[in-house]
Amino acid sequence: MDKPSFVYVTYIVTTPQKVWDAITDAELSGAYWQRSNVSDWKVGSAWTHGFAGKPADLVGEVLETDPPTRLVLSWTPASQVGNPERTSRVAFDIEPLGEKVRLTVTHTELTPEGLKDISQGWPAVLANMKTYLETGRPMPDAFGGIHG
Amino acid sequence: MTDDMDRVFKALADASRRALLDDLFRDPGQTLGALASRLAMTRQAVSQHLAVLEAADLVATVRRGREKLHYLNPVPIHEAHARWIAKFERPRLDALAALKQRLEGDDHG
Repeated sequence: MDKPSFVYVTYIVTTPQKVWDAITDAELSGAYWQRSNVSDWKVGSAWTHGFAGKPADLVGEVLETDPPTRLVLSWTPASQVGNPERTSRVAFDIEPLGEKVRLTVTHTELTPEGLKDISQGWPAVLANMKTYLETGRPMPDAFGGIHG
Repeated sequence: MTDDMDRVFKALADASRRALLDDLFRDPGQTLGALASRLAMTRQAVSQHLAVLEAADLVATVRRGREKLHYLNPVPIHEAHARWIAKFERPRLDALAALKQRLEGDDHG
């Protein structure tokens, strides 16, 4: 295994299936992640991450799937398709722990440019997923936008 | 939930532990030995501090062969930020946005 670039962990009071759905369902992912994850989630299938009806921002392939506990994706910014150096790899591990679920996101094979793109994003996505699954609503200002 | 947040703030209330987090931010995925040699702390002290940080979920670990790699996990800090700071910033950000709109509007007025 390559040394991971980043490892993010969050504990959510929910079930593994709900975390799985939050990652893989287009409507649910759009609710807390701004953009939607779309695929049939079979190994070898394409997946995309983007606003509904717009060109995707991220694209990749489903590399490994074991619902509802493990999902591994390749991860390429849409503008970098065809540039293998900018393809990284993201693993979601979902483990039940009593009434909670431990969600670990392991991002590997990131170049320094890729690192810059994503290191700001994951903490907001995971904190917002947690709030969404525990309260049914996303956090206000989860992505720190300035209003007005 | 409150217990989780207590653990985060208690873990952060120590200069050595903050130094460990700073070092993991600069260089993610270090072993206990690497951290101890860089920070002029005994292995035992680093190990105890890492245990507190792990319990607060501020450090995540990955096993690679015989090695245990340590990563800064910023998710709880982000939650604390969203819980308090983002909420208090909003009126000021709104005021700034309104000011900007007024000044830019005047330019063209």
